[in-house]
Amino acid sequence: MKTESPQTSAVESLLSELDLTDLPVGGTNLINAVAVGLKEIWAHKFRSALTMLGIVLGVSSLIAMSAMVKGMEIGQKEALLASGGLRKVRLEAQSVPVQQRHLRDFARGMTLSDATAIEAGVPDAEIVAPEMRLEDNPTLAANGKLFRTYMTLGVYPKQAAVSEHVVQHGRIFNDIDADEARAVCVIGTGIRDELFGRPEETGTEVIPIGKTMTINGQPFTIIGMFQLYEGEQDRKARLAAAAAKAAVLASGKKETTGPQRGRGRGGGSYAFWIKNNTVYMPLNTMWQRFQSSRSNAPAEPRLSTIEIKLHDFDRLNQSLVKIRNIMLVNHRGIEDFSFRTLEDWGEDIDRFVRNARLSGSLIAGISLFVGGIGIMNIMLASISERIREIGIRKAVGAGDLDIFTQILVESTVIALVGGLVGLLASRFVVKAIAWVAPTGNDPVITWTAMGVAFAFAAGVGVLAGLFPAFKAARMNVIQALRYD
Amino acid sequence: MALLELRGVSKLYQLGGEEIRALDDISLELNEGEFVSIIGPSGSGKTTLMHILGFLDSPTRGSVSLEGMEIGKASSRELARIRNRSIGFVFQSFNLLPKLNVVQNVELPMIYAGLGSRVRRERALKALEMVDLGNRLKNRPSQLSGGQQQRVAIARALVNNPRIILADEPTGNLDTHTGELILALFRRLAAEGRTVILVTHNPEIAAVTPRRIEIRNGKIVDHVDARLAGLHRPNPEQVPSAT
Repeated sequence: MKTESPQTSAVESLLSELDLTDLPVGGTNLINAVAVGLKEIWAHKFRSALTMLGIVLGVSSLIAMSAMVKGMEIGQKEALLASGGLRKVRLEAQSVPVQQRHLRDFARGMTLSDATAIEAGVPDAEIVAPEMRLEDNPTLAANGKLFRTYMTLGVYPKQAAVSEHVVQHGRIFNDIDADEARAVCVIGTGIRDELFGRPEETGTEVIPIGKTMTINGQPFTIIGMFQLYEGEQDRKARLAAAAAKAAVLASGKKETTGPQRGRGRGGGSYAFWIKNNTVYMPLNTMWQRFQSSRSNAPAEPRLSTIEIKLHDFDRLNQSLVKIRNIMLVNHRGIEDFSFRTLEDWGEDIDRFVRNARLSGSLIAGISLFVGGIGIMNIMLASISERIREIGIRKAVGAGDLDIFTQILVESTVIALVGGLVGLLASRFVVKAIAWVAPTGNDPVITWTAMGVAFAFAAGVGVLAGLFPAFKAARMNVIQALRYD
Repeated sequence: MALLELRGVSKLYQLGGEEIRALDDISLELNEGEFVSIIGPSGSGKTTLMHILGFLDSPTRGSVSLEGMEIGKASSRELARIRNRSIGFVFQSFNLLPKLNVVQNVELPMIYAGLGSRVRRERALKALEMVDLGNRLKNRPSQLSGGQQQRVAIARALVNNPRIILADEPTGNLDTHTGELILALFRRLAAEGRTVILVTHNPEIAAVTPRRIEIRNGKIVDHVDARLAGLHRPNPEQVPSAT
């Protein structure tokens, strides 16, 4: 730039130092826009806080809803898994169907040869466990007490794996026990509770290994005991009750809970209850001591059930077809068996979770949406009180895109900060809900839920900012500069 | 080659179905280092002319060239770029952002030029020292006198090193003495090679500039150039005929 003035001035030295030719032109500096946005929010702290509140509530209620559904899902799935999970198929003996009644005499019932055939013919069957159930709720007696249970089964030891049983004390019977049809059994903790007293009453946990128990009058030696099966929630309740009891005992007061009683069970805890009240004995023992001696006993041991654990749930249908074919061949076409899976239970859980999530998300989503409207409202108010500022910014060189970005960033920053606060607040919201309306299952906050809620908040911020940002960007610079 | 050239520029507005001719076929050339005033009563079209000279607005008809490049009907993005790089505005009401302090106000044009914060800070400080405000950096505009605010505005106008300074009634809100100081500052800027355009309704202020363009009803009615009278360097080729 040529200068006619001979003296060099501050301006000239400034000019010579600054070379503007290679500058990025009209570039939107995002960091700067964020800084301006934060400053703007800070300048109107109270207003911004109120605006954020909508997002905070939306995000935290979205997370809380998802946490509660997740808690219920976990509780349900726990019970499903305790019952053997989705890979378990029960093949149950049933009477000959009506249309095959004339073939009744040829029906030979379910036998061990079926189990062997399935094991040999269905590669997808991981474990095939024949099961012989003692009908009519046998009477168990020990320690001077009686108890009737309907889960007294003669099984192979591998049955424990199919039904997810774990022997915690003692051992499970072996081949010698089976071959000799020894009178040995493994019991669940529920049986122990009924006959020998529950740990809560006796003070110490009774492990009745080696004790004798009669089953329908026949003496059996208890050689093993399963672990206690319970849901996460039951465990917490039990520990809390134990602690409360200890506190009561320590204070020397009398208990006020009334006499011991069965209190009725529903839902998931029922699955655990059944499982805890199981008696296992060797299949051969069951046959020799209970079934073969009956007057109407068949010549060949009859099974009540064959439990099959599949390798892969995804091939359930193909596997069922295979098993059915084998069974039909073995049974000469007589369909005196039926399948039972836990699919419906699994589907019920999935359906429930899906529905709860959908309706919950809808409600929480509405509150996020309302939060978004709040942001849009405040951004519109904000740009109309900053018309002159926008005019000045445009006069000194801000492009439409710069103004657009600035407003959009401001609304997004409000939403993001609100979202972050919402993430923190969700912990307290969840606690508050669990306190006000306790459910069977503790809510579980997942990272996914947090991520989704936060992403939604960010999206709402962007959407809410679009219209105000567009409006601000399209302002006429001359009119904006003149505006008072 | 003229720095800024208007050829046959008209600006029409539709107002209630009636066509208003704010500018009517104006041709004008402004050169590097010129100190020129545009004078006219309110409603004469001088503000519209200033908007077009400052690339705040595009003409309805005619062409505007900057440094020999015809701008024509540029997009708003291009106009913003030109305002950012080639024009420095000084307004009657200063138009500083009240929420920002002095340095931040001066940094504003550089933000939109995409400069980094260190460079911005450095150049803002230099520009503020140049207008003798190096000691009021952290003040808000409301804590400054009118003269100081106008000097902040001038620093802001200079900070992107534009070739044209466009001042709209820059002394309108200032007392006589302060106004003279501001005008002296403009004279200095023109002497250093910048084109300074003063838009005013006040003939006394217009009298300080060597070249005066008087506008009325959207037309240039008088064009005085002291240089043509031999006070400066006469150069008839460069001066367009006064309509």
